[in-house]
Amino acid sequence: MSDINPRARDYADIRQGVRDVCAPFDSAYWQRVDRASEYPEEFVAALTRAGWLAALIPEEFGGGGLSVTEASVILEEINRSGANSGACHAQMYVMGTVLRHGSPEQKKRYLPAIAAGQLRLQSFAVTEPTAGTDTTKIKTFAERRGDRYVVNGQKVWISRVQHSDLMILLARTTPLEKVKKRTDGLSVFLVDLRQGGGTGLTVRPIENLVHHETNELFFENYEIPADSLIGEEGLGFKYILDGMNAERILIAAECVGDGYWFIDKARTYATERIVFDRPIGRNQGVQFPIAQAYANVRAADLMRYEGARLFDAGEPCGAEANLAKMLAADASWQAANVCLQTFGGFGFANEYDVKRKFRETRLYQVAPISTNLILSFVGEHVLGMPRSF
Amino acid sequence: MKIAVCLKRVPDTTTKIVVAGDGKSIDETGVKFVPNPYDEYAIEAAIAFKEKAGAGETVVYSLGADVAQETMRTALAMGIDRGVLLQSPGSPDGFEVAKALATEIGTGGFDLVLFGKMAVDDYNHQVGIMVAELLELPCISAVSALTIDGSAVTAEREVEGGVEVVTCQLPVVITADKGINTPRLPSLKGIMAAKKKPLELKPVTLGPGGVTVTALALPPERQAGKIVGEGPDAVPALVQLLRNEAKVI
Repeated sequence: MSDINPRARDYADIRQGVRDVCAPFDSAYWQRVDRASEYPEEFVAALTRAGWLAALIPEEFGGGGLSVTEASVILEEINRSGANSGACHAQMYVMGTVLRHGSPEQKKRYLPAIAAGQLRLQSFAVTEPTAGTDTTKIKTFAERRGDRYVVNGQKVWISRVQHSDLMILLARTTPLEKVKKRTDGLSVFLVDLRQGGGTGLTVRPIENLVHHETNELFFENYEIPADSLIGEEGLGFKYILDGMNAERILIAAECVGDGYWFIDKARTYATERIVFDRPIGRNQGVQFPIAQAYANVRAADLMRYEGARLFDAGEPCGAEANLAKMLAADASWQAANVCLQTFGGFGFANEYDVKRKFRETRLYQVAPISTNLILSFVGEHVLGMPRSF
Repeated sequence: MKIAVCLKRVPDTTTKIVVAGDGKSIDETGVKFVPNPYDEYAIEAAIAFKEKAGAGETVVYSLGADVAQETMRTALAMGIDRGVLLQSPGSPDGFEVAKALATEIGTGGFDLVLFGKMAVDDYNHQVGIMVAELLELPCISAVSALTIDGSAVTAEREVEGGVEVVTCQLPVVITADKGINTPRLPSLKGIMAAKKKPLELKPVTLGPGGVTVTALALPPERQAGKIVGEGPDAVPALVQLLRNEAKVI
């Protein structure tokens, strides 16, 4: 059967390159990793080695110098292969903070090593137990003492810390009550995690629905060199916001990859599975939900390409990037649900991979931003209605 | 070290083949083409020997329609320096291909000319060996291990029940068997760089071939299996069928 994605011929070289890397990581590999609740280290290493996670680093720093459109194709293909980009996508875009706001020294020191896969920067510490989306309320504090900052506080849902050499950290450097605007007084740091344990940073893993490795972090008088600061002290909130549109588009592409994976599985199974002497896909009750889910994946994919096109042209794309993420996450979840229903009981068995992908794609409704927050953004900033929270 | 490597595009081995209306070629509609897997060993060897030598040039040659450029870009993405496509429509036989390649490669001053031991579409095992003959170069075919020290070549060939070790001096034509190496995957940077590498198109005119394909047929569809019984009781019947019906023992 032919490819159900009509855009599969676009960026064919990138798609083929990613498929070649993903191909050896088959169903058996993912079942083994999933059963052991492990981080897919070999898989991420293979993608890194072949340079795919350095796609967005400019060529002058040794990266691929690709556009967001092209980078989104990479992540789409990872998810389309049956894998999940959650384990590795951050290595692609977290470096954006250093690229956009780092000093020339920081860029020269870190970006070529990240591009070469020698340094892993795929951890982004913002969320806290009492402040997630309400970011300005974070309490983790970095106090300047001579040539150091001393960090105290707590973070939660910080992913891939155990598989990172570097981490971006958002902390208050001026208390909330002392700033004019609540978005002031936050700063971004590039933390070198290789300084080891017993230094005031405790990492506690959180077991959860998916296995991309996520943690609670506890900082107790954790010292970092003053030159870890990225950009200007107090402007951190702005720095983390301006990477969001690219992230939304990339995540949308992952959802699209999942969507096509689920539809492909469902249509194949529905065509081959015989019950009452005929393929179950001959029943409209089975066939139409698959067609409907496909329509929504295709529509979301268009919004993803539109967001990416605007981003690459340097035009405002906040609405499209957010809409793409929401539509694609909804479409992949619908496709997942339909796929599981089509498989019936077999969908619950590990060996068909539907179960694992079902759990993984559900995460996109919640992270890295929940659907309600996108709706509130669209309501307020695109449609001009009153703030909803 | 100057190395030539020859590449043929072949249908992906997972492609379902359909015989075209003329009854002697395949219908290429919707067929995905890939580099011949044995040629990938040759490409990897070319890149690795140049890397080891620290200097030189690797050139990939192919003969066929313009669409073969896509497949050649894969070789460039893996690390081959440049490509030459000998443009020729139709399906020439092995000898015609060998003559065209030999004419082109013969003037290149190559130390090493690499081929896959065969193409997985036609199983002819011919072109590499013919090119060596036409160039009056030694040829070691179906090589499963290869070392080059200065100009001394040592190759291993897997022969019936063992390994044959042969030596010769450069220049030489080698056809690669599996086991010789593990071809690298094109990296992102390799794929991007390949777009800018030179790929020269040269029209060639081939004479009429010596061999003509007159018909192409798919293997008969597999028949359903037969279950003769279960356990030790079924053994005599099974042996009987294997001997008299299937005639395999």
